[in-house]
Amino acid sequence: MTTVAPGALVPLTDAPAARGRWGSVLRTPVGIGAGVLLAAVLVLAVVAPFVWGDQAEAVDTDAILQGSSAAHLVGTDNLGRDLFARTMVATGLSVRLALTATLLTVVLGMLLGAAPLLLGRRAGRLVTAGIDIAVAFPGLLLALFFAIVFGVGATGAVLAIGVAGAPVFARLTSTLAAGVASRDYVLAARVAGVGRFRVLLRHVLPNIAEPLVVNATIGAGGALLAFAGLSFLGLGVQAPDYDWGRLLQDGLSGIYRHPEAALAPGLAIVVAGLAFNLFGEAVAKGIGLTSATGPVRRRRTTGADEQPVTERGPGAEQPVLDVEDLSVAFPGAHGTVRPVRGVTFSVGRGEAVGVVGESGSGKSLTALAVARLVEAPGEVTAARLDFRGTDLRAGGERAHRRLLGTGFAMVFQDPMTSLNPTRRIGSQLAEGARRHQGLSRAAGLARAVDRLRSVRVPEPERRARQYPHEFSGGMRQRAMIGMGLMGEPALIVADEPTTALDVTVQRSVLDLLAAIRRSDDVALLLISHDVAVVREVCDRVLVMYAGRIVEDLPADRLAAGRHPYTRALVATVPDMAVDLDAPLPVIPGRPVDPSAQPPGCAYAARCPLASDRCRAEDPPLVADADGGRVACWHADEVAAGAADGELAAAGAAREEVA
Amino acid sequence: MTATTAATAGTPSRRMADNPWLAFAVRRAGRLLVSLWVLVTASFLILHLIPGDPVRAALGPTAPASLVAARRASLGLDRPLWEQYLDYLQGVLTGDLGSSLGSSLPVSRIIGQRLPATLELALLAFLVVVALAVPIGAGMGVLTRGGRRRGGELAFSSASTVLGAVPDFVLGVGFVYVFSVTLGWLPVAGRTGPPSYVLPVLALAIGPAAALARIVRVEMLTALRSDHVRTARAKRLPAWQVNLGHALPHALTASITLGGLLLSALVAGTVLVENVFSWPGLGSTIVSSILEKDYPVVQGVVLVYGAGVLLVNLLVDVVLSLLDPRSVIRES
Repeated sequence: MTTVAPGALVPLTDAPAARGRWGSVLRTPVGIGAGVLLAAVLVLAVVAPFVWGDQAEAVDTDAILQGSSAAHLVGTDNLGRDLFARTMVATGLSVRLALTATLLTVVLGMLLGAAPLLLGRRAGRLVTAGIDIAVAFPGLLLALFFAIVFGVGATGAVLAIGVAGAPVFARLTSTLAAGVASRDYVLAARVAGVGRFRVLLRHVLPNIAEPLVVNATIGAGGALLAFAGLSFLGLGVQAPDYDWGRLLQDGLSGIYRHPEAALAPGLAIVVAGLAFNLFGEAVAKGIGLTSATGPVRRRRTTGADEQPVTERGPGAEQPVLDVEDLSVAFPGAHGTVRPVRGVTFSVGRGEAVGVVGESGSGKSLTALAVARLVEAPGEVTAARLDFRGTDLRAGGERAHRRLLGTGFAMVFQDPMTSLNPTRRIGSQLAEGARRHQGLSRAAGLARAVDRLRSVRVPEPERRARQYPHEFSGGMRQRAMIGMGLMGEPALIVADEPTTALDVTVQRSVLDLLAAIRRSDDVALLLISHDVAVVREVCDRVLVMYAGRIVEDLPADRLAAGRHPYTRALVATVPDMAVDLDAPLPVIPGRPVDPSAQPPGCAYAARCPLASDRCRAEDPPLVADADGGRVACWHADEVAAGAADGELAAAGAAREEVA
Repeated sequence: MTATTAATAGTPSRRMADNPWLAFAVRRAGRLLVSLWVLVTASFLILHLIPGDPVRAALGPTAPASLVAARRASLGLDRPLWEQYLDYLQGVLTGDLGSSLGSSLPVSRIIGQRLPATLELALLAFLVVVALAVPIGAGMGVLTRGGRRRGGELAFSSASTVLGAVPDFVLGVGFVYVFSVTLGWLPVAGRTGPPSYVLPVLALAIGPAAALARIVRVEMLTALRSDHVRTARAKRLPAWQVNLGHALPHALTASITLGGLLLSALVAGTVLVENVFSWPGLGSTIVSSILEKDYPVVQGVVLVYGAGVLLVNLLVDVVLSLLDPRSVIRES
């Protein structure tokens, strides 16, 4: 097992930690609270013996074993000594012992953890194996073992707790160091002949110092609790010295007569332990050592909310899917982000519609929104969202479960992660049919085998009993498609179905989709960034840019698009005639950041034809005489070829690809 | 010729490669044996690592030299180290762990008497941990997914942080004060009947339960975001089937490694909790034996605790391999 040390916090990114973040940690509420608490504990540890020292030792035989009173806040012990003073004074010894043990842990742990770097491969491996065995035992058990070996008493307990913590810290150090040691600059230093010890000191340790310090802080909290535990058992601090654990033990025996004597040291242990723990975790969170992401705040919508007018596009009389003014909004750090803005289209029976656009154009999100798979905090709104004549907006998710479960198939981009790795393929396929069509387990499996066969998975009976990891990528995508065929789908939404696959496998998956469409009269909504794929498979193409449809046109007329962006997209597709020595054509500029939409046409910044009107007013999507739709103020100029020269120059700009 | 040799030599490893389960079992058994050997050796060395003479330390400075010598002989300390070691190994294998210096009872019998109480405590606490942590953690994961219910998330993480940070023995003392001293509902100590189990079990379970609930929630959130859960939603399964059938198994599988560490820490936690509640188990035995310098008993109990932890770790690995077939392959 190569798990990281239990409970250890390791950096998520390998970016060198910025020093300034420690300061920002102290400005968060938890950070401030924990910081103040920790500072109070540390100050108390130093100051308390001077303030309460005499009171804590003052024997008063007239006031033995008293409960709390005005004179003795927490009562007195069996010699009449004030227990509040003793609890305060005990802070000093408790914290000092815990810190000493932590120091020992850190030094030993770092030496052991760095052993693989210092000693070379063979000896290092031996040390690592030893650490692996040691970390399997809980720290308390190790501490107990070493407490036996080092003997009962404060010194023995410091050694025991210090040594017992070392394996975990060593594991953490070696994990972190291994991450740094393979980086270029460390390798370069080694190649340059810098000694191992020097590499460790100069190059490795400084880069892993921050997580080590954080874990040591949390470890100090653990050591404090462990010390209290050992003293409580009578194996740590011995009379006449006393720490919190010792006081707790004394208090427990008299808990019926005056419980304060046990509760006060108990509370002190909890507070001090929490102070170290919380502070360490707050710092860890602040400098990015945990996976916790900052809260997403809901704020009011920024930017223009009014959507440009959109005319309905062509589609068969009874469309399978009819979408009008579909928008998706997410709360972002700086107001609501709308990655999909007022999309209107329909898909006719058996029709294949492609959606193309660069990444971030909102095409995948459109597919998810249409499939009603966008989850909170995402919000989907639409003026119309009809599937086979049923309004999907009405009623909850439950209402359309059967309709969508049997008639609406989804194929996702990454077949490696889209199948449940812990379930057999057959049962994953059968699951939906069993729920929606009431098939028995046997009938469900039989249908799964049949569908696997129809998507040309060889040996479907055997394959159905296998797990996804036993399938190749192409086979998994076939299984995904087979899963969609378990009902009687009227629509298959395929979101980049071939992007994650080998080029050789892409072809067969596309052929399969096309064959299913032809034979079963299933409509297909194919989302892809690959213009060539869409042109080949689809009847009609929707071109998306910055969350809007900018053009809707028959696939065979893509090259004659009336939107400058369509032209530019098509120009980036290499064909057989492309000069292989020339750099690949790209569209100059970058896609629009959905959180910062410009007021006018989103493409204006990259468009060679952009005029002042483009920058001020977003053009509506209007139908043209040929049955297409386009959203461009200069569509006629593009169509007429008036600006062909400019477009060719800009759209197919031959930039150096970095 | 070379090909034949290579083929013959390669057969076992090829068989292992063909069957990842076999390779997994062999590797796991090997690691268990090495760990057991280290454990037995460490327990043997206790007597020899202690500074000074353990017998003299146990009998005190005033004991006559003849008694010390006799005791040394009865412990076998006068013989060469390797001979003692072999003897000890043989004893461990045959279940003979020597006799207590104090009561002269066989250590194995003492362990036999005390082990059930500790086992009950640990197993019940484990059940409580799982029964609390899994529903709460998974439920919180579902409720707070995608940044919903920030208030609930804050309340949950504060409560679980604080509860997870309170050490079990302090929690035990607090429970005794509230439920035994103040309310008088439950016995303060001892193992006398079902009510006497409540406080020790809860004291032992609550900290790990809080920690495990946090882990389960985070893993549940990760699982709910995963592609295959989206696929399950795309199959239009009802929410409970998506959450329980697809997300939860994944979250649990991911929680098992860390959960196993909590579980083995729970085994060690019995030592402290037993001493709070005067529970007649191995935990009270080992502490009193350490204080009385009754080393054979200490050695025996250390062995039992260590073996318990190794057993827990083994179970965790086996369960993990059954739940997630990929872990077997990933490891090889």
